[in-house]
Amino acid sequence: MYAVETNSLSRLFKAKGKPIVALNKVDLNINYGEILGLLGANGAGKTTFVKILATLLLPSEGEASVYGFDVTKQAKHVRKVINLVSGGETPGYGILTVKENLWFFSQLYGLSNNLAKERAGQLIHDMELEEYVDTRMHKLSTGFKQRLNLARGFINDPKVLFLDEPTLGLDIINARHIRKYVKDWVRSDKSRAVLLTTHYMAEAEEICDRIAIIYNGSIVACETPQTLKASMEKSTVVRIEAKNSSSTLSFEGISGVIASSVDSNSNGITKIKVVLDNESRIPDLVSHLANNGCKIISINTSEPSLEDVYIKYIGRGISTDGHSK
Amino acid sequence: MGIASEVVDHGRVIYARAYVRLKGLIREPHWSIAEVIIPMLSISAYIYMYQVLNAPNEFLGFVIIGGAMLSFWSNVLWGMSSQFYWEKETGTLELYMVAPISRMAVLIGMALGGIINTTIRAISILAIGTLLFPIHFVVGDLSALIIIFVLAVVALYGMGILFASLFLLYGREATHMADLLQEPIYVLSGMYYPVLSSRFFPSAIKFLATAIPLTLGIDGIRQLVILGGDFNSVIPHMVGLAILALLLLPFSYLALRKMEDISKKEGRLTLRWQ
Repeated sequence: MYAVETNSLSRLFKAKGKPIVALNKVDLNINYGEILGLLGANGAGKTTFVKILATLLLPSEGEASVYGFDVTKQAKHVRKVINLVSGGETPGYGILTVKENLWFFSQLYGLSNNLAKERAGQLIHDMELEEYVDTRMHKLSTGFKQRLNLARGFINDPKVLFLDEPTLGLDIINARHIRKYVKDWVRSDKSRAVLLTTHYMAEAEEICDRIAIIYNGSIVACETPQTLKASMEKSTVVRIEAKNSSSTLSFEGISGVIASSVDSNSNGITKIKVVLDNESRIPDLVSHLANNGCKIISINTSEPSLEDVYIKYIGRGISTDGHSK
Repeated sequence: MGIASEVVDHGRVIYARAYVRLKGLIREPHWSIAEVIIPMLSISAYIYMYQVLNAPNEFLGFVIIGGAMLSFWSNVLWGMSSQFYWEKETGTLELYMVAPISRMAVLIGMALGGIINTTIRAISILAIGTLLFPIHFVVGDLSALIIIFVLAVVALYGMGILFASLFLLYGREATHMADLLQEPIYVLSGMYYPVLSSRFFPSAIKFLATAIPLTLGIDGIRQLVILGGDFNSVIPHMVGLAILALLLLPFSYLALRKMEDISKKEGRLTLRWQ
C-alpha cells in the first residue's frame, strides 16, 4: 500500500465552453517515508493534482487514495490524516497572534487544549518563532508568516503533507529552514509522506527522494534525482556566449541535440545552452553557429544538472517566476 | 467516533471561530465604535425629521429599535453572507476545507461571534438613543421580549448561513449580491417606520415582508417596548419567526452541502480569479 496512489487521474476544466485538460491520466504513487517532488512550470497541473488529493477538487476521471482512503468517497477520513501548506498564502487571521492562530487551527482538528498548547509550543520552537509568539500575524514578515503557515500544517501531526510551492518568494535562509524541517520530519517517522510541488530545481534535488516531472497535465518522468541525472550520463551541457546571434536560432537538424535554449540580452550577447548526447558533437555545433553568422565569445561544458533533465523532457526550462522559458 | 465526541469537536470549532470575532472586537474597538456612531447619524436624521413633522412620540422609538436591529442585518450581510468569499480571497477557506470539520460549525461559530458583537453594538445604540432623545421604553413582558429577540436573531443568522452557502459558489459577485440585498431589506423590514400595521403598504408587500425575520423581529419588539403590547399580542410574531428559523436552518445546511459539492465539481472552491 502507498501513502498516496493515483490511478488514471484526470481533471478537465471548461474555459469559454472549451475543455482544458489540467491532468491527463496520471498514475503516481508515493511511498511511506518518502518525499516526492512534483516539478513543472506554472499551469502544468501541479496544484490541480494537489487539490484533488487534498479533497478540494473532484477528479473528472480516475481514482486517488491517500493513506488508503478514497479522496472522493472518504474525504472526511482523508482530511483527518492530511494537511496542506501553500506558498504565498495567509496562514490564518491577522488579528490573532502566532500562538492564537496555532491554537485556532488545532481546534479544527479536535485537539484538546492541553495537547494543542503542547504541540503549538513545540512547533513555535521548531520554527524559531519564540520571539513572535505574541505578535499578531499581520505584523510578521513574509518569511515568518510562511514559517507560521508551515507550523499550522504540522499542528494535526498529519500522515501525508502536501506542500504546494512552500518556499515561494522566500529568502534563502527561510527557504533552507523550511526544507530542512520537512526533510527531518519525514525521516523521523517512516509512516509519513510528503508531496512537494515546486519549480525550484535545487529544492527538488535537495530534499526529494523521487522527482516526477509534469508537463501539460501528464507525468513524463518519475525517478530518483540520481537516476534522472544518470539518464543523461553521457550527455554534456555546452554553454556558449555569442554575438550576432538571433533569438530564433534553431538547432533542428543537428544530430545529438537533446535540448537547447537561446537567451539574448540587451548588450547584443546571446547566451546559448545546448545539451548534447555526446561531447564529440561539439565541433558540429560550433560549425552550425558559425554558418549562422554567430561570433563565439566563450564556450564551456559541464555535467548535466537536474534542470537539464527537465529541459530534456519538456524542451525548455522554467524561469524564476515558474513560467516556461 | 461517538456522537458525544463529534459534538465536542463541533463545539471546539464553533468556539474557535467565535473567538476570532470576539478578539476582533477587543483588538480593533474603533470598528465597533464606528459601527455605533455611523448608524446613529441616520437614526438622528430620521428622528429630527419625525420631530419636524410633529409625528407621534412613539415614532422616535420605532427609529431607535429599527436602527439597533439593523445592526444585525448589516452583520448578517457583511459579516456572514460574504464571509466565505473573503475567506476565499485570503486563503483561509482552503484551510477550512482541508480540515475534517463541519462547515456548518464554522458558520455557526461565525454567527455566534457576530451575535455577541452585534448585541453589544445594538445595546449601545439603544442606550445612546435613549440618552439623546426623549424616548421612553417600557418592557411589559420581558420573557416575550427575550423570545422574540432570540427567535429573530436565530432566523436572521439562519438566513445569513443560507446566503453564505450560496455565496460560496460565487466570487466577486458575492459583494454585489450583498449590495443588492441591502436596500430592499431596509425598505421592507420597516427599519424607520411600521410596515405590518401601516395602511400605506399593500397586503402582498406586507406578506413578502414577513418572510424577512428582521421585519417580524422589529415589529414584535416595538409592540412590546413602545406600544404596550403583551405576550399574546406578539404570538403571531413568535410563530412566524419560529417557522422561519425552522425552515432556514435545515435549508441552509442542505444548501451548504450542495454548494460545496458543486464548487468541488466545478473547481470554484478555492479559485480566486472568478
